[in-house]
Amino acid sequence: MSDSPDSVTLPRSHAPTRPRKQAGLLLDEPLIFERSRPGRRGFAVPGGDADPGAFLPAELLREPIEGFPEVSEPEVLRHFLRLSQWNLGTATTLYPLGSCTMKYNPVANEAVARLPGFAALHPLVPDHDAQGALELIWELERMLAEISGMDAVSLQPAAGAQGELTGMKMIRAYHVDRGRARRKVLIPASAHGTNPASAALCGYSTVQVEGNPTGLIEAAAVRRAMDDDVAALMITNPNTLGLFEREIVQVAEAVHERGGLVYLDGANLNALIGVAKPAHMGADVMQINLHKTFSTPHGGGGPGSGPVAVRDVLLPYLPTPRLVRAGEQLRWSDDFPKSIGRVRSFYGNFGMLVRAYAYILALGGDGLTQVTRMAVLSANYIRRRLEDAYHLAFPGTCMHECVFSDKGFEATGVKTLDIAKRLLDHGFYAPTIYFPLVVSGAIMIEPTETESKETLDEFIDAMLAIAREARETPDVVRNAPTQTPIGRLDEARAARRPVLRWTPKSSAES
Amino acid sequence: MRYLPHTNDDVRTMLARIGVGDISDLFTDVPADLRARATVALPPGLSEQEVRARLEQLAARNRAVAPRCFLGAGAYPHFVPAVVDQVLQRAEFYSAYTPYQPEVSQGTLQAIFEFQTLVAMLLEMDVANASMYDGASAAAEAVLMALRIRPKRSRVILSRALHPQYRDVIRTYAAVAGGDAAHRIDLVEAPVSNDGRTDPEWLAGALSDETAAVVVGYPNFFGVVEDLGSIGALAQAHGALLITTTTEALALGLLKPPGACGADIAVAEGQSLGVPMSYGGPGVGLFATRTDFVRMMPGRLVGEAVDGVGRRGFVLTLATREQHIRREKATSNICTNQGLVALAVTVYLSTVGKAGLRELAIANTAAAHRVAERLVQTGRWHQQFSAPFFNEFVVRGANAEGVWKTANSRGVLAGLPLRYWYPEFGDALLLCVTEMHDSAAADALVVELSQ
Repeated sequence: MSDSPDSVTLPRSHAPTRPRKQAGLLLDEPLIFERSRPGRRGFAVPGGDADPGAFLPAELLREPIEGFPEVSEPEVLRHFLRLSQWNLGTATTLYPLGSCTMKYNPVANEAVARLPGFAALHPLVPDHDAQGALELIWELERMLAEISGMDAVSLQPAAGAQGELTGMKMIRAYHVDRGRARRKVLIPASAHGTNPASAALCGYSTVQVEGNPTGLIEAAAVRRAMDDDVAALMITNPNTLGLFEREIVQVAEAVHERGGLVYLDGANLNALIGVAKPAHMGADVMQINLHKTFSTPHGGGGPGSGPVAVRDVLLPYLPTPRLVRAGEQLRWSDDFPKSIGRVRSFYGNFGMLVRAYAYILALGGDGLTQVTRMAVLSANYIRRRLEDAYHLAFPGTCMHECVFSDKGFEATGVKTLDIAKRLLDHGFYAPTIYFPLVVSGAIMIEPTETESKETLDEFIDAMLAIAREARETPDVVRNAPTQTPIGRLDEARAARRPVLRWTPKSSAES
Repeated sequence: MRYLPHTNDDVRTMLARIGVGDISDLFTDVPADLRARATVALPPGLSEQEVRARLEQLAARNRAVAPRCFLGAGAYPHFVPAVVDQVLQRAEFYSAYTPYQPEVSQGTLQAIFEFQTLVAMLLEMDVANASMYDGASAAAEAVLMALRIRPKRSRVILSRALHPQYRDVIRTYAAVAGGDAAHRIDLVEAPVSNDGRTDPEWLAGALSDETAAVVVGYPNFFGVVEDLGSIGALAQAHGALLITTTTEALALGLLKPPGACGADIAVAEGQSLGVPMSYGGPGVGLFATRTDFVRMMPGRLVGEAVDGVGRRGFVLTLATREQHIRREKATSNICTNQGLVALAVTVYLSTVGKAGLRELAIANTAAAHRVAERLVQTGRWHQQFSAPFFNEFVVRGANAEGVWKTANSRGVLAGLPLRYWYPEFGDALLLCVTEMHDSAAADALVVELSQ
């Protein structure tokens, strides 16, 4: 399914196409451009009839944009509401996407983020006019420091991957300060793809560390891989197999002994609150994905928010500006000469910070601890009830997620992808599949704490039914899904002849 | 625990099925020493009503002074039709994730396909991606992409009139602190002419076959419309790429688009297009380029596809550029887009539409020019720059900061004292006027600045 290396021509649409299902509640819907009719409009502009030539030279101006939508307001609403109905989300069903922590996004947080005092606030108002926003940021920094055990937090990174980049930039600055950037970063084979990509963006080459037969990283293996040219180890705990790295403290010691630092990928923090603090494990820096543990919506793929938390050794390198207190007033300061600088405009995804802050207030310390306990309970319940029907990659207790595979189904011809697709017919989103890469045909299930036992049972029953189908009527599984608005799409063809936009007819004919 | 459904009975039944006696038995892999020190010292949880009260109290301490706030400089106050937020509050959109399973994610996928189309049209480029974090990180990724396209070149020219924070973020992304020569990126700053545009003579002298890219703001930080065509021709003559960055995306409803002026990569902050300022984030980075460079692009891309019986659908595509496949060889470490904010832009541009976008841009430039003219007529202020501007402009006058402070204390935020970011421009204010500023607001500004 690889992309052709040929230069890309952008073909026109694959039309003609057949309509989707139009039965029952599922309504067909064209592209917004295909709804467009010349002269129709959904918006009126006072003062929009002035002559622009009075203000700007004609050679700087463009014509109205050909192909831009011309639709009425009710059509806009209908268009997007119909599209919404083709999505599954955590609000509609269990979304057991492993490593993504697809929990409930509290609606109360949506409401408070829209308070005009937050939503209409310009980022460059004088600090004395933004004291409420600054106090929220100040408190959230300290809440996350308490949860992680770390010494300081910056809320600036826009997403988890940008938090990783920020953390690795700080690690590099730390080593440069001590004379030498070093050249290598150790990364376990089970790591998220963002880890090696972030390390590479900081100029590091990556060295893979293999796990032992029980899926864990051993301190001895890290010690063997360590030398004076290793800047850091990037490690996820619990790891992407859903297992707690039992030797994490010794692993961190092995890194520190040779002057390296420990980057902890905080993607799986939902399994740790009240159980173990990253600082105590030996982490020097980590990112915290507010859209995972702290319930801010995933939004169909963003906006995320990826604050970084550091131990005191990395404090001087935190991104600027940093929030400082001067008497009663909070203010932004750029006066940190060793800082790595800015990774984003302004102060981060503030709207997401408001939601995360509201979530932490709502749950409190005890509630957050209960979140972790229920998340781990639910994952183990699924693990126990499915482990006779599916091959569990690593036996034993798991943390917040469990990883199965399609091993054992070889004779049926049913593969992980088919199992995932068949789950859609049962009304569930699919788990993360084919990740982590260390498990062939991985099926990674993370139920989160917000699903009831009845829902977990329904999901388990669906998985058990699919395992039976795979042996008795494998074609049913291989041909799934059949209950969705469209069937499986030809992804290879889509990549070979990429159609990445709609094109107006008049220019399509040229 | 209103978000947690487990009853005591549920917990007991589940533990029994797992085969352990207590929840703590599930955590025996965690060393006892770590567990003993893990207590989270935060206050007890609050009811929805209590949380709401606390947040309202904090929000009330912010002085969101619009419509008497004349700040732009990278974030812009604009009207957002109610239909935009109505759609954003659909949990089917906001509670989904990256559409890995296209059969049950067609809503998100089709909306992104529409977004990519709208962005490509707005910038008049061949192809746009599914969005980046914000305008600044999009600019930084554009610089890294240009260096991939021109691997033998290491110099990148940044206009001094490019948003200072965008320059900062580019510096952060480009810096491989103390790194080896193979990774070194040579960032050079192009000066500004007296008219407020990037100095063309300096550019002509500085461009060489070492230059990978030239990055300019369009409009630039001073609101000035650059002579993009000339800069593009200069860059092209030396085989360098032209990267344009737009902080005020509404301007592209009226100004000649980057793609028509020789841009190879065009990026923008999309906040102006239906997204509240929200103290600076979340915004959304628009990122577009030419067909030849598609496989060098960072970020997610959605493409059209067909299913087994010929029905049209949409999928994530060209994923072999990305971190989850390519790991350390990926074009970027980015793993999501700004999905929901991109949706806001899509709904906004669909609603405002072909005629509305242009009219709104005209209304903005007209309102800004009228205020600028009135300020000049007071005799107290001069326009700092002579080149054409869109909805932001710089005025210079004695004791600018003193007047600005007094105005602020009286509830009028008279833009940004430029000296904060450009020490060479003392006694100058960067002002922004949009459709949100009615005549009463404009009057108030003129009165305050006439003191």
